[in-house]
Amino acid sequence: MAVAALLEARSTGDALALSPSGSWTAANATAMEELFDAVAPRLQRATVLQVDMSGVRELDTLGAWMLEKIARRAKLAGRTDIVGVADHYAGLIEEVRQVNRHNPKQPPARNPVAAKLDDLGRYAVGTTEDVSIFLQMLGSLCAALLRVLRRPRSLRLTSLTYQFYRVGWQAIPIVVLITFLIGAIIAQQGIFHFRKFGADSYVVDMVGILVLRELGVLIVAIMVAGRSGSAYTAELGSMKMREEIDALSTMGLDPVDVLILPRIVALILALPILTFIGSMAALYGGGLVAWFYGGMGPAIFVARLHEAVSITSFEVGMIKAPFMALVIGIVACSEGLRVKGSAESLGKQTTTSVVKSIFLVIVLDGLFAVFFASVGM
Amino acid sequence: MQATPDQCAIRVSDLVVGFGKRVVIDHLSLDVRRGEILGLVGASGGGKSVLMRTIIGLIPRQGGEIEVMGAAIGSTDERRTQTAATRWGVLFQQGALFSSLTVRQNVQFPLRENLALSDTLMDEIATAKLEMVGLAPEDGDKFPSELSGGMTKRVALARALALDPAIVFLDEPTSGLDPIAAGDFDTLIKTLQKTLGLTVFMVTHDLASLNTVCDRVAALADGKIVAIGPMRELLQSEHPWVRAYFHGKRSLMLQPKAS
Repeated sequence: MAVAALLEARSTGDALALSPSGSWTAANATAMEELFDAVAPRLQRATVLQVDMSGVRELDTLGAWMLEKIARRAKLAGRTDIVGVADHYAGLIEEVRQVNRHNPKQPPARNPVAAKLDDLGRYAVGTTEDVSIFLQMLGSLCAALLRVLRRPRSLRLTSLTYQFYRVGWQAIPIVVLITFLIGAIIAQQGIFHFRKFGADSYVVDMVGILVLRELGVLIVAIMVAGRSGSAYTAELGSMKMREEIDALSTMGLDPVDVLILPRIVALILALPILTFIGSMAALYGGGLVAWFYGGMGPAIFVARLHEAVSITSFEVGMIKAPFMALVIGIVACSEGLRVKGSAESLGKQTTTSVVKSIFLVIVLDGLFAVFFASVGM
Repeated sequence: MQATPDQCAIRVSDLVVGFGKRVVIDHLSLDVRRGEILGLVGASGGGKSVLMRTIIGLIPRQGGEIEVMGAAIGSTDERRTQTAATRWGVLFQQGALFSSLTVRQNVQFPLRENLALSDTLMDEIATAKLEMVGLAPEDGDKFPSELSGGMTKRVALARALALDPAIVFLDEPTSGLDPIAAGDFDTLIKTLQKTLGLTVFMVTHDLASLNTVCDRVAALADGKIVAIGPMRELLQSEHPWVRAYFHGKRSLMLQPKAS
């Protein structure tokens, strides 16, 4: 069994005699390093080195390398003799003698300013690449859609139905819950603050317009980006990693037709429906709070709501939904296809997908606000 | 034929492994001697990998004893399995390299977790291991996704050997390699086995590696070891499955040439 590693050193003039003993194995790694550091300065001075290996009871690659390191350090100065090597360790010592002979050159350190500029340039190029990938995906999606319009039978209805079930139907409970709470919170805050100047009945206007125009669709889109967009990226990414997408291409099928079109179409169909359900849930939550917290009966709430919101507010919210779905779908799918071989890259692209789609959804919402303001909706 | 206990690297006695009602390993006994290369053959889905994974403690067993270097494996005493884990290295079929680490970091991983070494020494050891398995030091900075099949196997072997274990388990080490690369890998295993004094437990279908590197071959059929011994003894075995395996069309190259 393993015993301690020992190294005895005797100097006679310029000659240094080393006799290692004990277990020179990985179990004694720390001790061996200390022994090496202790003997290193004496190695520099010695011109003749003799290593007597007869005391070594156990030797592994690590121990053999430590002894080889000692021998190499001494070789710089002079002559090295290794004696007393047990037969069954001769092969190992010979093997270790061959390794670490040439070290690959380290790339020279970069100038920090140049490195920063380099990073900035790469980042800029990366951003334009992002835009072009987005447009490419949009283009191939449109092409796939046109192919489907020309031959409606080529639409993958099973896949579409399944995806719709996943991103639409299964999302309903969480969407209802979150939007209900958001509606209730807005109503409560509105009543609390409006009451100070006796305007608490206007909370209905605020909840109605805010929910139908902006918040309903925005909250639902953000939730769908986190829930379904990330799932799309992870699915497509792991399919990419396991060459399933390449397999599809070699069978003469376009991955956009088979995988991406059903997913994005399902998302475009599901998001308006979820937005509608979510908006209703938010209004319901607002109504309940107005009733129990603000003391405004349901009949009055509905009557005020009828006056406050027009069909335009509802339309504004609903028009935005499919476009947001398109953006989420395209970002999720194109990030999925950018996954490389490693597990880390899958995680990174999934994060990127969610962050980027939420960002784009909010930017899109801003652009729509400008657009609707200018057309007077 | 029986080896004494202290000559055995692995002792498996009366092992039973099953999933649900299906019994995969049925009262199997097997001794692997120290310093030998044992090849395990068996039908696809016949329990070779299950046997290997049971020995290294990845699959629970229903009965029997397993001893690796004299220590019982997978018994109630879990910590003893842990200490035994530094005694073996495993080369998985697909390499199972950590995809987010570079090749060098992969090889250093067991060192870093088990030993307190300086970074310089760790780099030197990792490079040494890579060179011993026939890779260039430059390959150390690559990521697993950039490697070819043969290189992946070599890196996985370097990682399995990082702590200089007494036993290495190889799961189909030459599958997916071309004959030249497979031959090189066989030679490499043989060389390393000689220099490091390894015991090698190798699951394989490669008739050429069975013939060239294995000291003994064990045949697994119907959940039992039906034949074990050097290759020429197995070729003379009367067991129907072993005959079918070694005397089939693809095995003709093993037969002595009729002169």
